[in-house]
Amino acid sequence: MIERTPILNIATHAILVFGLILILVPIWLAFVGATLTLQEVNSAPVEFWPGDQLVVNLREAWAQSDFGPKFVNTLIVATGVVVGKITLACITAFALVFFNFRGRMLIFWMIFITLMLPLEVRIVPTYAVAANALTPFQTIMDVTGISWLITALSGIEVALEWNLLNSYTGLILPLVATATGTFLYRQFFLTIPDELVEAARMDGAGPLRFLWDVLIPLSKTNIAALATIMFVYAWNQYLWPLLVITDRANYGMVVVQLSDLVPDQLTTGGGTPTWHLAMAATLVVMLPPILIVILMQRWFVRGLINTDK
Amino acid sequence: MRRAYFKFSWIAAALLAPQLLIIFVFFYWPSAQALYWAFTLEQPWGGGNTWVGFENFRKVLSDPYYWSSVRVSVVYALATTVLAMSMALTLAIFVDRQLAGYKAYRVAIIWPYAVAAPAVGLAFQFVFNPGAGIFSYINTIAPGWWDLSKYPWQAVTAIVVAGAWKQVAYSFVFFLAALQSIPRSLTEAAAMDGARPLRRMIDLQLPLLTPTFFFLLVINITDSFTDSFGIVDTLTGGGPFRATDLMVYKIYADGFRGFDYSGAAAQSIILMLLVMALTFVQFRYVERRVHYT
Repeated sequence: MIERTPILNIATHAILVFGLILILVPIWLAFVGATLTLQEVNSAPVEFWPGDQLVVNLREAWAQSDFGPKFVNTLIVATGVVVGKITLACITAFALVFFNFRGRMLIFWMIFITLMLPLEVRIVPTYAVAANALTPFQTIMDVTGISWLITALSGIEVALEWNLLNSYTGLILPLVATATGTFLYRQFFLTIPDELVEAARMDGAGPLRFLWDVLIPLSKTNIAALATIMFVYAWNQYLWPLLVITDRANYGMVVVQLSDLVPDQLTTGGGTPTWHLAMAATLVVMLPPILIVILMQRWFVRGLINTDK
Repeated sequence: MRRAYFKFSWIAAALLAPQLLIIFVFFYWPSAQALYWAFTLEQPWGGGNTWVGFENFRKVLSDPYYWSSVRVSVVYALATTVLAMSMALTLAIFVDRQLAGYKAYRVAIIWPYAVAAPAVGLAFQFVFNPGAGIFSYINTIAPGWWDLSKYPWQAVTAIVVAGAWKQVAYSFVFFLAALQSIPRSLTEAAAMDGARPLRRMIDLQLPLLTPTFFFLLVINITDSFTDSFGIVDTLTGGGPFRATDLMVYKIYADGFRGFDYSGAAAQSIILMLLVMALTFVQFRYVERRVHYT
């Protein structure tokens, strides 16, 4: 820095170390809990130093929660959300920035408003839509009389149904239905100089070729940033999968499994709470997104700051 | 508006269609549905909904449980925001001095962002557990004094601490980024004028952080309304005696356990208005008022 400040430097380290201890202690205690036996974890003086049961507990927690298929499911959903979101964000922003048409601002604002209301706030009606994703169209056809017309003309009863409960589509689509990322891309596309567009057109490139050969290679940074954020976001979803997936054996996600592990009177039936297994499962569930954030730190920070989450 | 662009064609329409279709089905339709339900009441044996005007809202707003839910949500929102932001600000200012180990400190503070809310809830339930966690020490001194499942204020404290713990990383990232965007020439000019590091923190860095500060204030409060479900569900389950029944949790409980769609919809509408008002305040006032560049 600019000057020598030995005392302040020591104070700085002291404050930071103290802050780190506050942040790390809960997770450290959870980790220690995951390394103890059932008796040790429930004995009154708390252990601050890990025992030797970590592997045993991890294995048992893994089997108890059937984590194998759940990890596969969670990976499928997270990949779906990441790919879906990036693709949608990219093509929508491209159409909004590089085409000139009436109603552009209207569409921009329609997409922008979705940022205001997170899924949790409109959870009940979104669930109803997921039970039959074609309800909106059915209702519109009923109200406008189109379905009556079709029935009268062809004799076919119009009953559109597409149940998304207990499916990957049902998990993924509502999580993709917000504008996060569209703005990241829009901002980036706005920085592309007009000359580049003109040069591409001069060389005879159509809009799709321009998108594929010029813009996408230029937006690799964007893709990495958005992918990191969306992966963590999708992996950590809890309320939505809890509602949409009742068939947890086939479609369950790892984070939802934690709800079964809360050791209270309901789950233990008055027995000794199995904290060691609950903590082992907690560690397993939180590890993948933590690794992603640490390994992709640079992209993660950039994505966080530019997307407003 | 760009000077150079492509002519509107079916390509643009095809590129826009997927996003518009998805937000129509999963955003606009459910939001409209919530409005419809909030003003109607479903008949018990089918036969569609009947229009009831503001009856659902009247019922919700005259329900003492709803008001206690609002009260605890506000307490939770303010307490987590104050705790998390003050901690994040302190850490960011000192990390920004970029002493030895700067990168290690940064990683160590950022990673909790990646921990899922229910995992935070479960870990803190272990920490706060009267029988097994670190708080069992208190109970060996004063037996029965600490029990989350009995005393409402202890349950609220627990979710506030867990919520704040989870929020620190997010605010930290923004504060640090804002600190690092302060031009070095400003810092050097201040140092030339004889301002020592602490003086520079108070008179230079803190004022320049004001826009970030207000931005985070709104984001943190909004997040605490919407993001708290996982923590409450695994840490307290809304209890004891509904003491931690936060608004989103109550909507979930009324809608999916009590099957009271109309009541849940009315609560959703109120929460939507609240969140929209906060977002509006942010865009309308905060972003304009405070500017230094």
